[in-house]
Amino acid sequence: MRPLRRLVLAIPALWLFAFFLAPFALVAKISVSRPLVAQPPYEPVFSLADGWQGLWDKLSRLTLDAYALVFSDDLYLDAYLSSLRLAAIATLLTLLIGFPLAHAMTRAPRQWRTALVLLAIAPFWTSFLIRIYAWIMILKDEGLLNHALLSLGLIHAPLSIFATEAAVLIGIVYSYLPFMVLPLYTALEKQDPALLEAAADLGATPLRAFWRITCPLAWPGIFAGLLLVFIPAVGEFVIPDLLGGSDTLMIGRSLWNEFFENRDWPAASAVAIVLLAILIVPLVLHERQQVKERAA
Amino acid sequence: MKRGLQPFHLAVLALGFGFLYVPIALLVLYSFNASRLVTVWGGFSTHWYEALLGNEALLASAFVSLRVALVSSVLATILGTMAAFALVRFGRFSGRTLFAGALYAPLVMPEVIIGLSLLLLFVGLGIDRGFWTIVAGHTTLGLCFVTVVVQARLATFDRSLEEAAMDLGATPLATFRAVTLPLIAPAMLAGCLLAFTLSLDDFVIASFTSGPGSTTLPMRIYAQVRLGVTPEVNAISTLLIGFVGFILLGAAAINRLRKPQGSG
Repeated sequence: MRPLRRLVLAIPALWLFAFFLAPFALVAKISVSRPLVAQPPYEPVFSLADGWQGLWDKLSRLTLDAYALVFSDDLYLDAYLSSLRLAAIATLLTLLIGFPLAHAMTRAPRQWRTALVLLAIAPFWTSFLIRIYAWIMILKDEGLLNHALLSLGLIHAPLSIFATEAAVLIGIVYSYLPFMVLPLYTALEKQDPALLEAAADLGATPLRAFWRITCPLAWPGIFAGLLLVFIPAVGEFVIPDLLGGSDTLMIGRSLWNEFFENRDWPAASAVAIVLLAILIVPLVLHERQQVKERAA
Repeated sequence: MKRGLQPFHLAVLALGFGFLYVPIALLVLYSFNASRLVTVWGGFSTHWYEALLGNEALLASAFVSLRVALVSSVLATILGTMAAFALVRFGRFSGRTLFAGALYAPLVMPEVIIGLSLLLLFVGLGIDRGFWTIVAGHTTLGLCFVTVVVQARLATFDRSLEEAAMDLGATPLATFRAVTLPLIAPAMLAGCLLAFTLSLDDFVIASFTSGPGSTTLPMRIYAQVRLGVTPEVNAISTLLIGFVGFILLGAAAINRLRKPQGSG
């Protein structure tokens, strides 16, 4: 490789190594340290001055206590399971809403489509926090939704949606919908309408044609959308923290509390490592799909 | 079988986009509410915007956020463009899979994990957290998004244009400046804007990587939101949405102005 080329590759590669890859080694290391009331709040701290003997002493002080805590405390187990459950439900709901929307977008006149795509992505450019805040305003017991329903006489007592799992689901579906709509639209837009006409000519009902032709051809888009929503949703912190109740368990929130409130860094690191281990399969699938897509 | 937009599709579009935009519209509308109670419309007022001007802590954090977003988006654009070139132009180099993996993973990685790992890095290295540590975090996230955007442009790039310039005697550097850069500039600008708004909006990574005196705007907004729904938050949110919208429209206008030149 020519020197200039080498530089063009080396600079971003070094940056990613320093600020994305290497830090994971540190998370792994601190997850096997002991919590301490000190600065930094864990031990042992390795240093070049230790020498071989010192290094050996410190290595022997490493411990799996934090993992024992994570696996023995029901609170963590419940938080992992509940995160996976909520993320899975929310991802399916996003697909159920996103698919008809993306499908309708492909049926719009050609000159509208660019505008519709821009409209679908635009919420991504507005702050996540602000969009969640908008839902607090709507869903609160004395919020806009209850106010509207009460004054229309549709309900007689306010609905309690805020601070429940339902509110968290609404928040995830709302925040991640653009990530579902975009890959679905891209996959559906590429489909040749002649295929559906051919199916109709051969006597397939529209429903059957949809099921046997549209869906299988849209699968890459569906798959991409599912991964793009599910993976970040499992580790979501802001949505359960702001829209969920105190009993809404999600692992991102447990990690945050362990870190910022209990100041137990080894436990927070162990929670992060186990979360990564859970997400490794969908993450690898996402990587492979990205590589395939970018190579195409 | 009928093609095109049927009433059913129109209804789906209306419901879908209604779901996406009604909450934002309500948020903006109620920032002009004279009443402090969010659900009661007490008449039109710009009172809450005036109150913002007197809130020095909020203005200071907005300034921090802007500076972080500016610096990190420029860095992310440079690094992301380089990474995109490496992925598209360098063929199969050793470590390419790891490199591509490290570029695509942050797109979906839960932010709490990225934030925690960065914080442990800075503590481990004994670096005081503040402005530059937030910049480092946001640059890392932003560069991945820039790479995806610029990579898409480079992949459809007609390389015969570069070859023609070289055949006419241009040096590689002159070719890059006169041919390559103008053609990928719109993608770089789009990526830069994406990195800028991601940085401006980020709360989780900033919380982990910030230190005393470098509280960003989303951190300030979060603290206020936890206390409850207030018209001030609506007002600051509206300003932020307006600001980002203004930048996006500006960028679209610049691209439109450039086009006749480029194609002529």
